[in-house]
This record gives sequence, C-alpha cells and structure tokens, in this order.
Amino acid sequence: MTDRTPAPTNPLGTTLRRVAKRAFNAEAATAYLFILPSLIGFTVFYGYPAVRAVMISFTEWSLLRAPRPIGLENYERLLGDPLFWNAMKVTGLYVLYNIPVQTIVGLFMAVAMHRLTQSLVVRGVLVLPYLVSNVVVGLAFLWVLDPLLGTFNTFLGWFGIPRQPFLGSPEQALISIAGINIWRHMGFTALLFYAGLQAIPKELYEAGTIDGAGEWRLFRHISLPLLRPVMVFVLVTSVIGSFQIFDTIAVTTQGGPVNATRAIVWYIYENAFQFFRMGYASALSVVLFLLLITVTILQMRFLQGSRSEME
Amino acid sequence: MTRRPARLPLGKAIGWLVLLALIVVTLTPFYVMLKTAVSGPGTLFQQARSLMPLEPTTVHFERVLGLLSPEEARAAGGSGAVVNFPRALRNTVLFTVVVVLGQIFFSAMAAYAFARLRFVGRDLLFYGYLSALMIPNIVLFIPNFILIRDLGWLNTFQGMIAPFVLMTPFAVFFLRQFFLGIPASLEEAAKLDGSSPFGTFWRIILPISRTPLVTLGILTSIQAWNEFFWPFIVAREADVRVLTVALQSFQTSSAYGMPDWAGLMAATFLSVLPIFVLLIVLGRQVIASLQFSGLK
Repeated sequence: MTDRTPAPTNPLGTTLRRVAKRAFNAEAATAYLFILPSLIGFTVFYGYPAVRAVMISFTEWSLLRAPRPIGLENYERLLGDPLFWNAMKVTGLYVLYNIPVQTIVGLFMAVAMHRLTQSLVVRGVLVLPYLVSNVVVGLAFLWVLDPLLGTFNTFLGWFGIPRQPFLGSPEQALISIAGINIWRHMGFTALLFYAGLQAIPKELYEAGTIDGAGEWRLFRHISLPLLRPVMVFVLVTSVIGSFQIFDTIAVTTQGGPVNATRAIVWYIYENAFQFFRMGYASALSVVLFLLLITVTILQMRFLQGSRSEME
Repeated sequence: MTRRPARLPLGKAIGWLVLLALIVVTLTPFYVMLKTAVSGPGTLFQQARSLMPLEPTTVHFERVLGLLSPEEARAAGGSGAVVNFPRALRNTVLFTVVVVLGQIFFSAMAAYAFARLRFVGRDLLFYGYLSALMIPNIVLFIPNFILIRDLGWLNTFQGMIAPFVLMTPFAVFFLRQFFLGIPASLEEAAKLDGSSPFGTFWRIILPISRTPLVTLGILTSIQAWNEFFWPFIVAREADVRVLTVALQSFQTSSAYGMPDWAGLMAATFLSVLPIFVLLIVLGRQVIASLQFSGLK
C-alpha cells in the first residue's frame, strides 16, 4: 500500500507526515464503514453473547422472572450432578468410538484413491454423505437400523446373526450413533487426506519404488510423515466437532434409551430449552468450552511435537 | 522387475475391492431411502427383504408434495402427521439464499478492510473475530436465544437468519487470506482513475475473486441448507420451520406407533435432491471447495 513516510527532519517531511496522517484517517473511516455490518454481527451474535454466557452462568434464570445472582452455585451443583458426569462419560466414549475408526478408514480411502484412481466420481460419491444434513442422515439410519424392518438387520440375517435393537437399546445406541457419524464423515476425512497426498511430490514415490519399497513402506515412510499437518487439522477439527454431537441425537434417540446417548450438548440443550434453566445450562456450556480448549491445546502439543509444521 | 507385475495387480485388486465395498456402504442408505419412497403402500413389511422396490409408485412423493387430498394421502399410508413440505422447502430456499448472499457480501467487505486498509485496532479486531471460531455453538446459542426472544423474533424469519447474515468468522478469515494475495497495483491504478474505495471493491476486487467467492458460496450454501440446531431452537412453528426442522418433527410426532416410513423417506429424498444436483452440475468445484476447507 502507501509507502512509509520518511522520518520528518525538515518542514517538508512534517507536511508529508500531516498529509499521510490525513490520508490515514480517511482510510480508517472507509475501513470502519466496510467493517461495520460484520462488526454489528460479530458484536451482537458472537462477542457479547460470549461474555453474557459467562454472566448468565452465575445466575439462576428461568426466563419467567429476572435472573437471580447465585455466584458459583451452578458450578458447584454441576460437580455433584450425576447426569453431568454421565454426559461427560457418554461424550468421551462417543469421541473414542468415532475418531479412530473415522480417521483410519478415511486415511485408507485416501491412500487407495491416491494410488488407484484420480476419479472425480469416486470422490463425489464418497463425500456425498457429508453433503447431506445430519437430520437426513439420522432419519435414513433410523430406518436402515430399524429393529424389525431395517435393511441392516436383514443383511445380518444373511449371515445368521439375530436381529439387533441398535438405537433402541442402551448398550448399542451410542455405538450406533458413532457408526452413523463414521459413515457420514469418512469420505470427507478421506478427501482432506487425499488433498494432502496430492501435494506430496510424485518423485518421492518413484524413488521409493525404484528402491524396492512396497506400498506399506511407501505409506509408512513417505505418505504418513508428510501428511502430518493435515493429520493435525483433521484430528483437531473432528475431535472438536465430535464433542459437540447433537443433531443426530435430536433425530434418533433424544438422549435415550435411559441415559445412553445423553451427550453433553444434548444435556445442555435440555436444560436450556426444555427445562429453561438458563443459568445452569450456561455453566455447563462454559465448562464444555474450557474442556474443548484444553483438549485442543493438548492435541496440538501432542501431535505437533516441537515442530511448527502448521502454516 | 520380473516379480512386480505379478505382485502389484493383486494388491491393486484388493485395494479396489475394499474401495468398491466402501462405495457400496456409502450409497446403500441412499438407495434404501429411494427404494422405500417408491414402494407401494402396504409393502413395507415385505420390502425389507427385497432388493428392488415392490409395486413401484410415486404416490408417496405426491402426498408429501401435497398433491393428494387428505383422504387419498391417508389411504396411501399417511399417518396424519402432516409435513408441509412445499412450505418447508420454500423456507429453506429463502433461508439459504439470504444467508449466503448476506454473509458473503458483508464478510467480503470486512475481509477487504482487514486485508487492505489501515486503521487503529485492525489486528486486535481481527484476532477477536478469529478467537470466536473457538467458541462452541451451544455457548452462544443460549444468550442468542434470549436476545431473539426479547426482540420478539422467535418463530420469525429474521430471528432465524440474524446470527448468520452479517458475517461468520470463517467467511471473513477465508476471504481475507485470498485478498492478501491480490497485487496492490490493481487497486492503485483504480485509485488513480478516481475510483472510490467501494467502487474499487465492487469493480476490481470482487470480480477477480470469483474463484474464492464461488468456493465460499458452495460451502456456505451446503451449510445453510443443512442448518438444524439454530432453527430448531428459535423457529419450530409450522409456518416458518425449515426442512431439517420439519423432517425432525415429522419423525418425532409419530412417536406412538409406527412412523410413516414411506412418506418420511420420500420427503427426505426430496430434501437431498438439490445436493445431488449441485454435486452433479458443479462436482469439480464442490470437491475442490471441500478439499480447500481442510487446507485453510
């Protein structure tokens, strides 16, 4: 943009600086006008509510009466709330079921595509589930996994496996939801890894092949190490997303059976919008936020080591 | 060299086999959806074991689209729980169009200022925007719900679009990265020709940013079309609800007794048709956009 003004050692320099300053002000005024709409959106729907959420968490508020300040009571209550700890357990288990399978299958798909086909159609098909809404996916699987008439039970029947209740049983509901989301996300994960693989110079693979390396060694010593930045991104974003599982639960199990799928965001939703405990729900959401920050920092530390490969 | 041609095809064959299996797994639920939607009324119990639809018909699509009288619809298996599909579709289209246009335009303006103009507090503000990316939705949704309620905007269109129409931190961040790479000489020339800042933005910056704008447009459209959580909180009444919310309530409203699976699958299938069309027409751009979304 405009060059930096020279150090003002003479009257001419002072004049120049004054001109520059005026231009700067005009430029700033323009800039504020450009930013204004987004700044309103940011302040009203991001900045202010972020602060307000913390403030609400120190109150008891049913929306019927004015909020009553109660200090840290919501946070104390949360520590003794078995449903909160259940939600933590359910969410943690869900992340553990979901992330490893999704990442490994996605990685396999990506490597297979990278080595076998550049086909856009294959990529389009595999990413299709990611493009449709969680609601659609949830409904489709509610039907596919139906205990009585579902296609999946028919399929299991071919192998002599008896009908399973899936979403209808406390033991299988959470795994079923994890399976549904693995199905939805594996193709997208693959697409991200595939993009990463394409950025790796082909010569490396050629050199490796000439040296007699097989597919496994090419993967182990070339693809995997060079995919590290993509891996960090995929894991960090999918773990953050996974912790916030909500839509699928809203469509399929609504937290049940019993408490088997009452994950943290669903539990917060119930408190806020079904029981109208705004203070308690906000406290829960603040705890979720702190937890996500911690998990993300730990992941970055752990995955990136001392190297700074991101960006 | 003599060994490899024999070994590679086997590995390749296995690779292809697994890849094909994953493609089948990916497509099967969509096929089941379509198969159920076109199966004749009363075949629900037999059709689970059949690969092909039994007594194929379009009657479920017709009743979902409201082309049949209530009596006819009930005769075809309607549970009486009516999803006003045309209405919900209209709401989703409107929501998507307004959110995409507003969000991209206003975010582009902000991104331009962040990338190109100098003003006090620029970096601080930008980091403020960026840090909002870290906040889980649910944290913001509680105060935002209260605000929308206090404004009297529950169950209104403006309440539904408000948090998305002026910006998202991602859109600003994404476009700023691109604008930073535009050579400054282009704008200098326009400025010398007496173009106003907004004129420069409108006539120079936006046209040469077609590619990232299309990328962002695709990503935002898909997201808006599929948005569920926020509309589910603030706009659940039949008149204003979008497709995702309507489909969710269609399912939960039939909690006693058997859901109207054929109707539900017909509605679900119709709601994803636009995504299929988008993928078929703009496949290359869609896939490039998604790949890019990972490399931000």
